[in-house]
Amino acid sequence: MIRFDNVSKVYPRSTRPALTDVNVNVERGEFVFVVGPSGSGKSTMLRLALREEKATSGTVLVAGQDLSGLSARKVPRFRRGIGAVFQDFRLLPGKTVDQNVAFALQVIGKPTSAIRQLVPETLEMVGLEGKGKRLPHQLSGGEQQRVAIARAVVNKPQILLCDEPTGNLDPKISLDIVHLLDRINRSGTTVVMATHDADTVNEMRRRVVQLEDGVVVRDAEDATYLAPEGEK
Amino acid sequence: MKAGFIAGEVWSGLRRNLSMALSVILVTMVSMFLLGMGLLAQRQADTMKGYWYDRIQVSIYLCTDTSLQPNCQGQAATEAQQESIENQLKAMPEVKEVFHESEAEAFARFKEQFRNSPITGNVQQGDIPQSFRVQLSDPTKYAVVTSQFERAPGVASVQDQEKVLKRFFQIINWITVFSVFLAGLMVVCAALLMATTIRQAAFIRRREIGIMRLVGASNWTIRMPFIIEMLVVATLGVGLAVGMLWLGLRLIFNLGFNQVVLNKALIGANDVWALTPWLFGGVIVIAVLTSVVTLRRYLRV
Repeated sequence: MIRFDNVSKVYPRSTRPALTDVNVNVERGEFVFVVGPSGSGKSTMLRLALREEKATSGTVLVAGQDLSGLSARKVPRFRRGIGAVFQDFRLLPGKTVDQNVAFALQVIGKPTSAIRQLVPETLEMVGLEGKGKRLPHQLSGGEQQRVAIARAVVNKPQILLCDEPTGNLDPKISLDIVHLLDRINRSGTTVVMATHDADTVNEMRRRVVQLEDGVVVRDAEDATYLAPEGEK
Repeated sequence: MKAGFIAGEVWSGLRRNLSMALSVILVTMVSMFLLGMGLLAQRQADTMKGYWYDRIQVSIYLCTDTSLQPNCQGQAATEAQQESIENQLKAMPEVKEVFHESEAEAFARFKEQFRNSPITGNVQQGDIPQSFRVQLSDPTKYAVVTSQFERAPGVASVQDQEKVLKRFFQIINWITVFSVFLAGLMVVCAALLMATTIRQAAFIRRREIGIMRLVGASNWTIRMPFIIEMLVVATLGVGLAVGMLWLGLRLIFNLGFNQVVLNKALIGANDVWALTPWLFGGVIVIAVLTSVVTLRRYLRV
């Protein structure tokens, strides 16, 4: 589903590469944590998979598409198959929960009838039934992130990319959010979640790709965050 | 993408960027008003030219015994001189019509024209010389008549109305050139202001744009609200300009000049309407071009 082959990324005006020779293959339906300290390259991996950045060298394949050869005109259509969630929620403060989720469908031209059906359905799935008329600032952080997740999955993407989705939330709420992501994953969506939150990783015991200074130092199934190298 | 949704985006965009939208409306209005004024002045000149050239006359004044012109040598024109001039005129192909105005007729016409002026009292019959009024088939060929009769015996002076009109039309021409030049500058201002407005609108809406890009909205979906916004404000600007031109024409021309002889030679509301589609078309082209170029530069996806 997502494949990095010898991928390196050097940002312009930066001396140090953000990623060096990364090889990772994520299968359809997998749940993968990408872990590592700040600046280790987690976000860069996700940005490459979203085609927000282009790899300096190597190939990034997402949903069967080689992103280095994808023309700018085809990027929007490509992104419709991918959901993304961020640490800062990125909700529109002037729009209600309903409108925030509907916005994602309106701007890609979904018919109103489909939107009327999908939005409440998705809000219920993320546990926000009855809160559609609220504005983002009337919700707790965990609820706001649920809105963001609803918006990311309302178009039923094959892949969900989460960049530190629990970075702004306390541990209990973080676990709720990760359980929600797990549920979404079980319904068939491939989930890649970047985090440096050891507790959630250890609780879930899923595949862990660990980065340090842009290099993959560990790629292990059913793993914990701080497990010593070579031990499974 | 639903029309209603786009309309909502455009409306909220305009509301959030109201001061910039207003300034684009005003600058567009002023630029189009100036341009319209220049073009209307030109149309006025053309209308007047047509009207006047039909009526333009060359007047050949004959000598009287009090004439001071050297050509007269202090003597009144003789019957023979008068006849020879008339015959020559009638033989010329450029001449359409000739009629003779005697001293009595000239005096009567003078009294009629200046009936409200006190100077009439000091003028007597014979003070205004007899003359030939010559109507030309092509009014621009007056020089032929002038050169042939200026030094003819018995002729005091040849006066051509075109000279007077020429100055008048020249002034109108300068007004046109000046206002079109100013309008050009204002159009540049309007285009730059539109570009700035779009950049600011894009900044105000950076959150929405970020999400649109994230969920895979097409470039045109992202850009369309900006373009429509510019079209709305630009069209409002032209609309106001056309309204002002129409109002100005009514107030200044139709009410102010109506009493004067010129009223048949004046432009009217029809001329404003004839100009309207061009002003709208021009502004729409400018708005769309500016938007597309600006968005290309500042809204890379």
